[in-house]
Amino acid sequence: SKTHETIIGRVDTLLLGKKQIDADTLDELEEILITSDIGVKTTVDLIRTLEQRLKRNELQDGEAVKRALKEEILQRLLAQHSRLDVSGKNPFVILVIGVNGVGKTTTIGKLAAKYRAEGKKVLLAAGDTFRAAAAEQLELWANRVGAEIVRHKEGADPSAVVFDACKAALARSSDVLIIDTAGRMHTKVNLMEEMKKIRRVLTREIPEAPHETLLVLDAATGQNALSQAQLFKEAAQVSGVVLTKLDGSAKGGIVVAVSHEYTLPIRFIGVGETVEDLREFDPAQFVDALFE
Amino acid sequence: MFATLQDKLDSVFKKLRGQGVMTEDNIKEALREVRLALLEADVNFKVVKDFVEKVRSRSVGTEVLQSLAPGQQVIKIVHDELVLLMGGGEDNSLDLAAKPPVSIMMVGLQGAGKTTSCGKLARYLKSQRRKPLMVPADVYRPAAIEQLKTLGRQLSIEVFDSSSDQKPVDICANAIRYATLNGFDTVILDTAGRHQIDDYLMDELDAIKRAVEPREILFVADAMTGQEAVNVASGFNDRLDITGVILTKLDGDAKGGAALSIKAVTGKPVKFVGLGEKLDALDVFHADRLVSRILGMGDVLTLIEKA
Ligand SMILES: Nc1nc2c(ncn2[C@@H]2O[C@H](COP(=O)(O)OP(=O)(O)OP(=O)(O)O)[C@@H](O)[C@H]2O)c(=O)[nH]1
Ligand SMILES: Nc1nc2c(ncn2[C@@H]2O[C@H](COP(=O)(O)OP(=O)(O)OP(=O)(O)O)[C@@H](O)[C@H]2O)c(=O)[nH]1
Ligand SMILES: [Mg+2]
Ligand SMILES: [Mg+2]
Repeated sequence: SKTHETIIGRVDTLLLGKKQIDADTLDELEEILITSDIGVKTTVDLIRTLEQRLKRNELQDGEAVKRALKEEILQRLLAQHSRLDVSGKNPFVILVIGVNGVGKTTTIGKLAAKYRAEGKKVLLAAGDTFRAAAAEQLELWANRVGAEIVRHKEGADPSAVVFDACKAALARSSDVLIIDTAGRMHTKVNLMEEMKKIRRVLTREIPEAPHETLLVLDAATGQNALSQAQLFKEAAQVSGVVLTKLDGSAKGGIVVAVSHEYTLPIRFIGVGETVEDLREFDPAQFVDALFE
Repeated sequence: MFATLQDKLDSVFKKLRGQGVMTEDNIKEALREVRLALLEADVNFKVVKDFVEKVRSRSVGTEVLQSLAPGQQVIKIVHDELVLLMGGGEDNSLDLAAKPPVSIMMVGLQGAGKTTSCGKLARYLKSQRRKPLMVPADVYRPAAIEQLKTLGRQLSIEVFDSSSDQKPVDICANAIRYATLNGFDTVILDTAGRHQIDDYLMDELDAIKRAVEPREILFVADAMTGQEAVNVASGFNDRLDITGVILTKLDGDAKGGAALSIKAVTGKPVKFVGLGEKLDALDVFHADRLVSRILGMGDVLTLIEKA
């Protein structure tokens, strides 16, 4: 669309005909990065690094600046990158959390499909007892992919669902137990306490559980994703991130900052609404797409 | 995480004490702070650029009021201009002045809050003594129809009977007939979430629009949206000529700068804000409140009003 400009397009325009890369150029680059949702702190950090490389005469022209910028972003993502391995625990327990509407339940459906395809026995826990028809939604996914589900009535205590799900997973020797939770604003203390209680029940019933706590982020989210990462990490020891809705026009630049500032690996990306639309996160591909 | 804009401007202007008039030169640094604050609040960069230009031309040559610190004075200019940009003072009420049944269509990205906002709006209209019918036209998302039906039960508001093997445009057309026959004066259409770049699904919305001729097409937008807000909003507006915006999830700590971007590219008013998951968490939109939130300085403004 007419208002859409890629980062690289803007970098190109900026550097067009410039023989020398000066401080003003870096200032402009700074703004370009910020406005690509990469985040203020990460941007400042990136620019500082570019400045140093400039002083060392490493950046002669626009091409070199571009390459350096890509390298620097990729390095930050690679430093945190690691894949999620669900083997070696019975069951391996995944807790899925995030603000409202980011794609938690859908991601769980896709994950369940992935692990089912690997021949694993998957149990889902309908820990969102609040939102209208949340359990029905998860149940449809469970049926679709051949996973089992534990659900209670709407309005039930989510911790009770989680308790039952743990018992069921142990009794039925599930390989993977994935827990859906209600969307909640990271700023709402009572809801964050409820989530902590879910975690406590998990740990009590299955030692070391949850083995993975996935924070789901929507690719269209701006600076607020940093606040989400911070508060969810404080309350729930987030161990990985899923970035959803990358099939739209949003590039999800904010996860560069999220990953870097909160030392979190991005595990998966969501690229659509069907079972096949989940991918392992590939840092190099992501950076390429960011600069496309 | 960051010092407030007020703090930054105060320190900028400390150096300018006693200079009398704001000049191109002495206001430069202040405007840089304003720009960064807006960017941090997710206002789109082009919108920010145009805006800062406007503030510059309004500020330069202005006398520094004795009663106000220059920092506050710039903030007042920024605030007033932002309120203007945000449509402050414009009529942003729901337009239902048409032969009943009048229909309202909800559109937007996946997970923005359309279905919940349908429920909130229905509840609001019922309290205004209207008789709304809610229509589930999302046949894609698992349990989307059940979600709206559940909200209907909670509100004791009727939900049109539809199933996911029907075509959305047929559901909507049938619902209008049903509303006419059964004395409903307002019809609220819940559509499936979609990306503005998805031509197939955007065509579907267009078909519904032509079949139903809704009085209001409300673009539902998440307050946490970043720089993409302009692309999304202009995508929906170009295809559907939306009539207004509902800004959801303002109960978190997002600044909501996306609303400025949306207003700037569509020119359409924000009509409501969503302030929670519960069905009573809907408020009519106040431009000045959002602007104070973006600038992070409700208190300062009340001080300035008195000055
Ligand atoms: N296009 C696209 N849509 C997605 C993706 N992931 C989720 N969605 C859609 O986003 C919307 C919200 O997804 P849910 O899975 O219900 O989100 P949630 O986080 O569970 O929402 P709450 O439980 O209400 O907080 C649905 O319409 C999904 O189909 C994705 O990767 N791409
Ligand atoms: N905190 C908060 N949550 C909200 C608000 N509005 C909606 N939600 C929540 O956001 C999530 C998504 O809302 P829905 O109404 O299902 O969104 P939708 O646009 O219909 O989603 P799709 O149909 O999947 O595209 C749900 O968990 C809602 O409870 C709001 O103003 N504040
Ligand atoms: Mg959910
Ligand atoms: Mg919906």
